[in-house]
Amino acid sequence: MRRLILRDLALAVRAGGGFGLGLSFFLIVVVLVPFALGPDTSVLSGIAPGVLWLGALLSCLLSLDRIFALDYEDGTLDLLACAPIPLEGVVIAKACAHWLTTGLPLTLAAPVLGVLLNLPVPGFWWLVVSLALGTPALSMIGAFGAALTVGIRRGGLLLSLLVLPLYVPTLIFGAEVARRGAERLDLGVPLALLAGVTGAVVALLPFASAGALRINLR
Amino acid sequence: MSLWEYANPTRFMATTRRIVPVVAVLSALCLAVGLVWGFFFTPDDYRQGSTVKIIYIHVPSAMMAINAWAMMLVASLIWLVRRHHVSALAARAAAPVGAVMTLIALITGAIWGQPMWGTWWAWDPRLTSFLILFLFYLGYVALWSAIEDPDIAADLTSVLCIVGSVFAMLSRYAVNFWNQGLHQGASLSMDREEHVADVFYYPLLLAIAGFVLLFVTLVLVRTRTEIRARRLHALQMRARMA
Amino acid sequence: MMPDLGKYAGTVLGAYAATLLLLAVLVLLTWARGRAVRRRLEEAEAEAKEMRRG
Repeated sequence: MRRLILRDLALAVRAGGGFGLGLSFFLIVVVLVPFALGPDTSVLSGIAPGVLWLGALLSCLLSLDRIFALDYEDGTLDLLACAPIPLEGVVIAKACAHWLTTGLPLTLAAPVLGVLLNLPVPGFWWLVVSLALGTPALSMIGAFGAALTVGIRRGGLLLSLLVLPLYVPTLIFGAEVARRGAERLDLGVPLALLAGVTGAVVALLPFASAGALRINLR
Repeated sequence: MSLWEYANPTRFMATTRRIVPVVAVLSALCLAVGLVWGFFFTPDDYRQGSTVKIIYIHVPSAMMAINAWAMMLVASLIWLVRRHHVSALAARAAAPVGAVMTLIALITGAIWGQPMWGTWWAWDPRLTSFLILFLFYLGYVALWSAIEDPDIAADLTSVLCIVGSVFAMLSRYAVNFWNQGLHQGASLSMDREEHVADVFYYPLLLAIAGFVLLFVTLVLVRTRTEIRARRLHALQMRARMA
Repeated sequence: MMPDLGKYAGTVLGAYAATLLLLAVLVLLTWARGRAVRRRLEEAEAEAKEMRRG
């Protein structure tokens, strides 16, 4: 399993792997926001937590179709299905690699971009915490969507349509934590709920994803 | 004779051929009587004026929007467990109907909300949940139409339906948490405090019955169409092989 | 015959019109697809019978 994660990491970092793509996209979204809403710093600092969360979520979408599609096309997935580790483990490894290449860099980049949007100082810490807790769920849900659409050519748009509604709870709780953090409000409840959603997703969705993969490989 | 006998497509076709006209007529009757009664012969509400008449389409369509998804969930589970094709096709047949019901509930709600709340749309928990439900329907229908092999499509959409149900419930609570609402409570709850008055109640029940029957009719007809399409597909495949 | 809808006439009629329109579209689409599929299936069945005989 560790080998699988390392292999996916190596593939992602190599040219054409789309490693920097998500980060660049995140940067561009954040830069475009002031152009759309005006440069008023008080407005920007109010919406900064939400915009950063939305940007991170959209950047996460970009690389989802890579999770299984390439391995499906060249037959690696068939081999993995016959490998001694269960398919659920493969899904977890793949989602983990996706998180390491997108979720983690996005989390680390978010505070830097927060400066651009004039994020209030107490918000930085909670933004990082909420993203660190929320992005694993985004990767896992995305892996489920990718497993569903792996057999479909040009499934990218469909993948977004399927995955985005599933992102709603994570986005709501995550952005709520970041917003309350920025406004110095009590944030225990949304933080616990965010962690709960992520925990449940990481615990249960591998089974659904592996089921979908088995159907697609039949 | 057990319920599962109807999982045989031939038997299903034979039985529903007789049932469809009956439910169609019944649903037309219930809808006509319920809506005409509601529209022409009920008084205006003292606060909401004549807009209260929208309740006869808004509440039934909203109920069917949720019930349709519940039916799809049950049909998907039956398909995954017992592999009855009729079940999978019924789930597929119900999805567009449920989507239209959701759309009707959203549109009538927006039209009703405009004079009552002074806005077409508010990010109220109930409204938002319905919008999310509509997105789930769209994704489900899109996934069905994207996959060519009918069995794989049935399997994958069933998985999506089950996971989607869990997330729909989760979103409902998340959205409740996220914003307090303008929307009033349940129209049919046991609690007399928020229950609608009797004058509105009986035509509303009839309208709901009409919507339920309309849903049943449409799903049966669409399932019959899907079974025929499946048979057509099989015949074409066989012709290509020969 | 027409009840007095007061100042909300447009609202109520609009809601009913939108609903009936959507339901009509749904019923028509269901019916049209049902008919098309049935006709194509009958053709295909006839063809299949032809092939078996010939």
